[in-house]
Amino acid sequence: MTVVLEARDVVKRYGHVTALNGACFQAHEGEVTALIGDNGAGKSTFVKVLSGVIAADSGEIALSGAKTDLGSPQHAKRLGIETVFQDLALAPDLGPADNVFVGRELFKPGWRGRLRILDKAEMRRRALDAFVSMGTDVKDMHAPVAALSGGQKQSVAICRSVMWANKVLFLDEPTAALGVRQTRNVLRLVKHVAERGVAVILISHNMTEVLEAADRIEVLRLGQRVAQYKADQTNVEELVGAMTGALDLHEETQP
Amino acid sequence: MNVPGGTTSAADRPEPASSAAQATSDLLTEDWRRTLTRTLNVSPTYMFGVLLSVFIAFTIINPSAFTSTGNLQNITETAAPYLVMAVAVTYLMIAGGLDLSVGSVLVFANVIAAKVMGAIGGNGTFPVLVGLLAGLGVGAGWGLFNGFCVTKLRVPALITTLGTLGAVLGAADLLTAGNDIRSVPLSLINFGTGTFLGLNYIVWIAIGVTLVFGLMLHLTQFGRHTYIVGSNIEAARRAGVNVDRHLFKLYALSGAAAGLAGFLALGQFASTTISGHSTDVIIVITGVVLGGTSLFGGYGWMIGTVIGILIPTTLNIGLVIANVQPFWQQVATGLILIAAVYLDQLKRRSRERT
Repeated sequence: MTVVLEARDVVKRYGHVTALNGACFQAHEGEVTALIGDNGAGKSTFVKVLSGVIAADSGEIALSGAKTDLGSPQHAKRLGIETVFQDLALAPDLGPADNVFVGRELFKPGWRGRLRILDKAEMRRRALDAFVSMGTDVKDMHAPVAALSGGQKQSVAICRSVMWANKVLFLDEPTAALGVRQTRNVLRLVKHVAERGVAVILISHNMTEVLEAADRIEVLRLGQRVAQYKADQTNVEELVGAMTGALDLHEETQP
Repeated sequence: MNVPGGTTSAADRPEPASSAAQATSDLLTEDWRRTLTRTLNVSPTYMFGVLLSVFIAFTIINPSAFTSTGNLQNITETAAPYLVMAVAVTYLMIAGGLDLSVGSVLVFANVIAAKVMGAIGGNGTFPVLVGLLAGLGVGAGWGLFNGFCVTKLRVPALITTLGTLGAVLGAADLLTAGNDIRSVPLSLINFGTGTFLGLNYIVWIAIGVTLVFGLMLHLTQFGRHTYIVGSNIEAARRAGVNVDRHLFKLYALSGAAAGLAGFLALGQFASTTISGHSTDVIIVITGVVLGGTSLFGGYGWMIGTVIGILIPTTLNIGLVIANVQPFWQQVATGLILIAAVYLDQLKRRSRERT
């Protein structure tokens, strides 16, 4: 079991507020790791640090064992780290395929490519292939994303990241806005991506969902990792206890 | 997996490759009816109807004068400099920006080009080319200044370009003490009055600019990034688009377009026209918005801008022919602008689902 992404003693302060106070994290190849914690535990900050959106004040991040400075989301992407943010980061006026290829546009062959002329048909074809193979119901490549349902928008954002992630995939509350069936689809997709060897990190509030989809669970509280569990060796009560501090954890529990 | 067996197996069951591919290709080929519906439902189509109605109305009012070759040429010649500016402003507005200073930058470039050509002297091609470069250069320079204020100093585009609208015109007045420069190289005047296939050279330049930048907007990565920046600036940033640099380029483009328009105006009027461009910006923005480009970015077409610019220009010239007091032109253009923005809002509200 190879550690793909590891963070050690990450500190991040916003003025007087300490969002991350020496937080640690590990994600393994081919596994779904859930990162859970109460509101204000520092989950979102941690994800932003680990995906290159913001820089930590101190601490180390290692990718496949090598210490890495992510620098920017673009650099993180080049390293194979993709993130589905809670706000999805979609351009509402553009179509689903356009959104999938944002910043990674395909060009026509030959001289037209040198003029940076887009190969729109090929992008639509590949995006639709991805939407179909991932079992989503996004079918209209011409409609703007603004006209899609909440679940479809989510699918577009997830498919985009899944298509490009080859090392690490972060999903920040991917099912928060979804119905039961769509949630199942997303969780199935998450498993699917992990089977490809990607380290998937799922950030979620929903304990049953976490227990169902994750292989490992790491609990964040007050900016620190307070516990790690194997998903099949824990339960909702224990997780909630660790999250809220009701469970007395003097030392970090190791799986 | 805790997922109930039935659901999983149904979803995971591999479909025969051929039927999946067939389904995909079915979804990719749009049938012509949907394409037609889509085309009929966009602003340029509506606005073409409006333009046609305006045309028909004036033709009925005064058929001999309005449809004369001279008048139709007059409409295209009047529209040409506006169109050059509107093409660049279309980019800017699709990217969520705005440029109110185009009319003032036009005047400034107008003055600088005239002064430069005057300083070189002579009536050949050389002073004209240098004058053109000077006009484009100072225009782009003011554009870069706008871009700097908007992207680096984070002053809203509305305020920045409102500021330069005043400042740049004032600077042009300072350079000339408010008096128009009436010496323009003969070669430029000849160019400004020359025609090809019945259309003025200046009109052909406007058509060329529109074609090149229209194709660039709709077919290239530069155009695509323009839409993304306007649609969701944060998404553009996260996708690795250098948003600030892109906006810089667009403001420079807008300034350079105004510079070109200022140079062309010298050829048209054989003189600088310092006081003649105070309402240019209203016509330019009205044209762009009428053509369907959203005031909020992310949405628009170049063909719409072409139609949009023709509406206020045709209206203005038609009103003159119909012997309406000229002040009504400004009233009409202003009201059309408000109506166009109202329509844009309605369209947005009906489109969004959440």
